[in-house]
Amino acid sequence: MSVHTINPNKASFGGTFSDDEAAQVRFLAAQRRQRWRKRLLPVAAVVALVIIWWQAVVQFDIKPFIAPSPIAVAHVLVQRFDILAANLVPTAIEAVLGFLLGNLTAILIATVFVHGRLMEEAFFPIAVMVNTIPVVAKAPILVLLLGNGMEPKIAIAAIVCFFPTLVNMTRGLRDVNPQALELMRVLSASRTEVFFKLRVQNSLPYLFSALKIAASTAVIGAIVGEWIGSNSGIGALIIQATYAFDSPFLYATIVVGSTFSALFFAVISVIERRVIRWNVGRV
Amino acid sequence: MAAETVARPREPAAAEALSEQAVLCEGVTVRFTTERGTVTALDNINIAVARGSFLTLLGPSGCGKSTLLRVIADLIEPNVGRLSVLGVPPATARKNRDIGFVFQDPALLAWRTALENVTLPLEVGGGRARPGGRSPKELLSLVGLSGWEHAFPHELSGGMRQRVAIARALVSGPKLLLMDEPFGALDEINRDRLNEELLDIWASTGTTILFVTHSIYEAAFLGQQVLLLAARPGRVRELVPIDLPSPRRLKIRETSEFMAQAAHLRRVLETC
Repeated sequence: MSVHTINPNKASFGGTFSDDEAAQVRFLAAQRRQRWRKRLLPVAAVVALVIIWWQAVVQFDIKPFIAPSPIAVAHVLVQRFDILAANLVPTAIEAVLGFLLGNLTAILIATVFVHGRLMEEAFFPIAVMVNTIPVVAKAPILVLLLGNGMEPKIAIAAIVCFFPTLVNMTRGLRDVNPQALELMRVLSASRTEVFFKLRVQNSLPYLFSALKIAASTAVIGAIVGEWIGSNSGIGALIIQATYAFDSPFLYATIVVGSTFSALFFAVISVIERRVIRWNVGRV
Repeated sequence: MAAETVARPREPAAAEALSEQAVLCEGVTVRFTTERGTVTALDNINIAVARGSFLTLLGPSGCGKSTLLRVIADLIEPNVGRLSVLGVPPATARKNRDIGFVFQDPALLAWRTALENVTLPLEVGGGRARPGGRSPKELLSLVGLSGWEHAFPHELSGGMRQRVAIARALVSGPKLLLMDEPFGALDEINRDRLNEELLDIWASTGTTILFVTHSIYEAAFLGQQVLLLAARPGRVRELVPIDLPSPRRLKIRETSEFMAQAAHLRRVLETC
């Protein structure tokens, strides 16, 4: 069916391209269908779940303070959008600043670790120990240390981002193909050249998989930080709504917080696709 | 120790003759210390490789073939012995960019296109193109990859990747090309094709090639001489000249002369 024009010089190592328009059109159509399926299926699943939730509340006559119906949540989202948006701003600032601070520190320390095993052996156990402290326990400590402004929230967001990036970045900088390292030695490359031409590039897929985790954990960190003695932010709204048994409002804050998290994740994914031109998702 | 260092006393006047040799090893010994004791990877190796020749290194696993290449490339330092590469110490030859190395793994950088991978040696370690040398693009076409300059390694087949690695090793115009089982991971059809092309590259560049393999046929087909190494400890067993006409084509492997050479290599190898 398909017509192959084989160039004898190239045929044996990788095949050649030939023109078969019908096959090409079919192939592209199949690819398009698959892309749309990947986009539409999750949307359909979410819509189905919301309908089940709504029907469950109606059919079993569940009281609004136990679980609100999605319509009540949507109503609150529209009506009190100004309050929700105003409180998202501090949370977003804390999450983004914490994300930048935590990840930059992790990248710097990973660089130090890779250049000196001694530093890693001395300080990695401390990083592991700090990571074992639950976020809810770190929050009051940092509020005591840094006061009641944005600083402790930024610090918490930074700390929760820090560990996954440190571990992944150290691995990415270190797990270089040993023969590529030998090649650099044959080429008399300097340490700086090995670092920038080999290690940094090698670490990028590892770094981005950590950054995607960090994008959502930074938002969680900022929200948990706002639970303690804060008057503004998504975290403060969650506490207020809980104590007031205002469950439609509580659910609405969650929707706003999660939407922001998802957007943050999407931004990082877009940057990843721009930066890593070669096979994405290898790690 | 001191007595071992110089295997043969040499006249000072012989320094001139030295530069006729691409590689000269005198009493080279390499030991590795591990938890289970010290292993002698190479024991008192004495070889001289003439400039422009093609030498294949053949031997069972553990005979130190790869170690010997790495010592010559200044990737490993010998515990005992003297080495000179193109008349100078290996480190100097390496810094002069006179050594090219092709590994079993092509070790291409995944984030660079084929052309960018070939260009790498010109970007690091103070490397620059030699006047009158071949450009990265010309080298890619020499290894049969014109049209693939902008393909990433993951878009290339195993054989194509190794071709890129060969072009990369040639870009700084090395006088000595060290190849460590470069076609070991390829299928036989690709291996045959690359064997023939490597002989063309050798003829057109005039570079000295040291080629490690564990295939008797590859060793006999490529080499003007085959250095047979024995294992545990790694030592020279025999240097076998291959008396076959040049240029060689794959068909030569069907001749009785070739068969006789291969049979001889096999017999010696059985005693290694």
